Amino acid sequence: MSTTPALLSDLAVAIAGGSIEIVDLTNVLSSDFPVIVLPSEFGQCEPFRIETVSRYDGNGPAWYWNNISMNEHTGTHFDAPAHWITGKDVPNGTVDAVAPRDFFHPAVVVDISAQAAEDEDFVVTRAFLEEWENANGPIPPRHWVLLRSDWSKKVGTVSYLNLREDGAHSPGPDAGAMRFLVHERDCVGLGVETVGTDAGQASHFDEPLPAHSILHGNGRFGLQCLTNLDQLPTFGAMIVAMPLKIKGGSGSPLRVAAMVPKA
Amino acid sequence: MSGAREKRDPLARKRLRHVPPGARSRAMHALSARAAQGRLVMQACSDCDKVTYPPRDACPACWGELGWREQPAGAQVLCETTVRVSTDPYFRDHMPWRMGKVQMDAGPVALVHLHAALHPGDRAHVRAMVDRGGNAALFAIPEGAIDLMSDPQWREFVVPVAGRIALVSDARNAIGRAVVRELQTAGAELVVAGLPGPALASDAYDAVYALDRVQTIALDVTDPVSVAEAASRIGGPLDIVVNTARHVRTGGMSAGNALVEQRRALEVSAMGLSRLAATFAPILAGRPNGAFVDVLSSAALAGDAGNAGFAAAEAARLSLLQAFRHEMRGTGVRVLSVFTGPVDDSDHQHAPPPKVPPVRIAGAIAEALANGREETCVGDVAADAMMRWLADPSLYVREKNL
Amino acid sequence: MTRRQAPYDGVVVCAPVTVPYRRFSAEPAHWWAGRALRQLRDEAGLTPADIDGFCFASFSSGPDTAVGLTQHLGLCPRWLDHIPTGGASGVMALRRAARAVQCGDAELVVCLAADTNQIDSFRHSLSGFSRFSQDAVYPYGFGGPNATFALITDAYMREYGVTRAEFGKLCVAQRANAGSNPVALQRKPLSMEAYMAARPIADPVHLFDCVMPCAGAEAFIVTTPERAEQLKLPMAQVLATIERHNAFAEDPVQLRGGWVLDIDQLWEAARITPTDVDTLQVYDDYPVIVAMQIEDLGFCPKGEVARFIRETDFTIEGNLPLNTNGGQLSAGQAGAAGGFQNMTEGLRQILHRPLGAQVPQAKIAAVSGFGLVNFDRGVCTGAALLEALP
Repeated sequence: MSTTPALLSDLAVAIAGGSIEIVDLTNVLSSDFPVIVLPSEFGQCEPFRIETVSRYDGNGPAWYWNNISMNEHTGTHFDAPAHWITGKDVPNGTVDAVAPRDFFHPAVVVDISAQAAEDEDFVVTRAFLEEWENANGPIPPRHWVLLRSDWSKKVGTVSYLNLREDGAHSPGPDAGAMRFLVHERDCVGLGVETVGTDAGQASHFDEPLPAHSILHGNGRFGLQCLTNLDQLPTFGAMIVAMPLKIKGGSGSPLRVAAMVPKA
Repeated sequence: MSGAREKRDPLARKRLRHVPPGARSRAMHALSARAAQGRLVMQACSDCDKVTYPPRDACPACWGELGWREQPAGAQVLCETTVRVSTDPYFRDHMPWRMGKVQMDAGPVALVHLHAALHPGDRAHVRAMVDRGGNAALFAIPEGAIDLMSDPQWREFVVPVAGRIALVSDARNAIGRAVVRELQTAGAELVVAGLPGPALASDAYDAVYALDRVQTIALDVTDPVSVAEAASRIGGPLDIVVNTARHVRTGGMSAGNALVEQRRALEVSAMGLSRLAATFAPILAGRPNGAFVDVLSSAALAGDAGNAGFAAAEAARLSLLQAFRHEMRGTGVRVLSVFTGPVDDSDHQHAPPPKVPPVRIAGAIAEALANGREETCVGDVAADAMMRWLADPSLYVREKNL
Repeated sequence: MTRRQAPYDGVVVCAPVTVPYRRFSAEPAHWWAGRALRQLRDEAGLTPADIDGFCFASFSSGPDTAVGLTQHLGLCPRWLDHIPTGGASGVMALRRAARAVQCGDAELVVCLAADTNQIDSFRHSLSGFSRFSQDAVYPYGFGGPNATFALITDAYMREYGVTRAEFGKLCVAQRANAGSNPVALQRKPLSMEAYMAARPIADPVHLFDCVMPCAGAEAFIVTTPERAEQLKLPMAQVLATIERHNAFAEDPVQLRGGWVLDIDQLWEAARITPTDVDTLQVYDDYPVIVAMQIEDLGFCPKGEVARFIRETDFTIEGNLPLNTNGGQLSAGQAGAAGGFQNMTEGLRQILHRPLGAQVPQAKIAAVSGFGLVNFDRGVCTGAALLEALP
């Protein structure tokens, strides 16, 4: 006799049996995975670094382990509200205070891959989202909104960061889109494949860096450097995203997975 | 022929590299320390002015105190021999070996390595070189312009670039770009240009990276994985590593401090050097003329209130470099330091002139290699800093921070 | 400023012994020293108690000096000396021992040189030989003494017009002399053709200009005529001696040795001239040094040695029998013992107890030493004139 409620045991059976597929949305954390590059007058994000302490050798004959170091925003990572000045006073705004229930949220996937392929600086606007809803249905409340740009397919090439003399070039939302998602659709957060929730050129927008500013000012989260969004349905996926419990941390590298019911 | 890189039968037993005998007296080490800076010095008596050699601990004419003095390089060859039998492993590998005795214009006679074109009666020019074991050695060369590189004995004291494979650790910064161009022009068989991330779309069109016999490679000295991968991608023989990586930021300790930048500077300057050294030393040690050149700031010589982190990082770099040099003594790999003051690049927009153009640093590196010189100061700021630091380190720290 | 040398009255030299050399030996210098003492015991009936003075020379006895040797060999001398001058050590040991005996500081002094030659020990002893060598000689090709004397030979040949043929004549004559010496390491006759055709070692020094390093020991006794008589030992007196160090330091290349400073006093004190000498035993690490000594000891004027060599027969039957045991060039160079063999061989010839052939009617021997290349030249020189006592 099982003590597990039927719901969970059904879930376990579904996962084990493959009727719920687990899609890994995480990029490999490696030292050559690009990190966001800020103008040189600002402090920079440390990339992932790994140094072997021992590998069955003189420094540890029977064991293998490494020292690692990185920024909180290195690799596939989670942005907490405290990451941004607008969110500095948000209650429970740091990663250690993220409510455990927020580790699990459903997602809606907005496919902008065609537009991003056309225009590397593609800006997601309110009008675009409204049009998208007309075609796909409304964005439900308390969902992660995941922008599928297929940008993760550029990982390992110069066009992932896509840095040029005038800065980075990658798609992202404008302020109108963000207000719409946060205030009118009550999103949990925004998940993207690019290295930041904001567009590459977002610092030059009329309202600069609107994703960070509006998301975090309203206690919402960000997920960056996601991959495999092309394996998710538009509706119906459940995201599992559990940042490390860093005391007072602004964000955290993490493993992000999606539960996807198979048809 | 002089530029030909040593190529080996892959089936042949690995060749053991020996170095010349290394034991020296304390006084001789003092001479070597100056030869490492390219200076020809001998002792002169503070009482009677007599110049003496080999180095002594008292004047043989009056027992006065001896001090080191720059000496004229002119000499006349007295006699010569070609050594064909030696019990020393290094010289056995390099037989026959020409040596001779010269009468120095400075006064003393000296045994010297003798250039192939010199014979008794000839006028000669004596250079204080550093041998493969890191000790001073006098080398007599003909006066006037001459192709030194064609003398196989001379090549033992220098680092030929022509026909060799070189790696420039950071070819993205201005110094590194100039060095790539310089080594390529000097006839390197291949210059591997290390590019720290992130990669730029423009790299593909860069004129320096597009040069014939230049190849780019991702290389970030702060990343052990990247350094290891670069080494495995270079794969084959590598003769010269030029470390141009640096992280220049202003900032003090209490005011305007930026611990992240300090740490970054240490990661690049100090740990970066360590990572390169650990990875590439064994490769260089297998080469007949392996060399590691490090470009470092004269800021390494003293603490700097306005550039605390950078100066500290460069000081750590200097210390590691000294350790590395002595560690490599037994392998014959030369470790050369090229000190520079503020560089005329984007990192030094705040610094007043004089600033050293990167191309001059590149030229100084080529010159240091061509002379096997361990310590070179490029530009007035570095030369002046070194001179003052050598003369009075505590005064220099004060002056530097006025 | 130079005081006249007092005569060596009441002093005699006797009992030359040579422990047969070996090219390589696993035995340390101490063993070789012990062998020399045993030969003295066998030939002169000595016991440790008979020895009240001990003078020792060695390059390879480290870490022991003469001090360690006394305890090692059971000696209890009241006079002790250690001579570090290599090729000049035989003459120098004689000088010191003679004065000690003459003044009563000791009655019977054993002068002993012993060196071993283990595989690869030559390289090791070279590298630690002297500070100037380590700093300013060996880094230049590590040719060892061959290179140093190649430079001297090169300059000497240019300066005085000496050719390889003259050096060859010396080497060939010494090899001929070695022919009768049963303990010489190289006794096979050497032809002039073979000498000239030898491979170069450090130009212009060729193979037969070089000595063969080996292990060996040499010893002799300095005592009073009375004691020598008691021991029934044939004896020789010391006519005169000289010694000089670091002479002509300003000469750019060593073309003359310290003998030149003192040679007139030597002949004057001995009241003989070079023509009175029956056999000449000089230090012969290289033929150029032999030639230099022939000049500097006064056997021919400076600069005329080439002609002198051509006109002189240096074999045992010749008009100036030279290095009659074959010298180091043929008998071998046993380290510091190489600086003793000229003394023991000279003594043997005038005492008529040769190892091989006897120089007819030999009565007076000139013995010359040259030692210690500290930098670019031999620093120590010395000479002694010995005459057999009836």
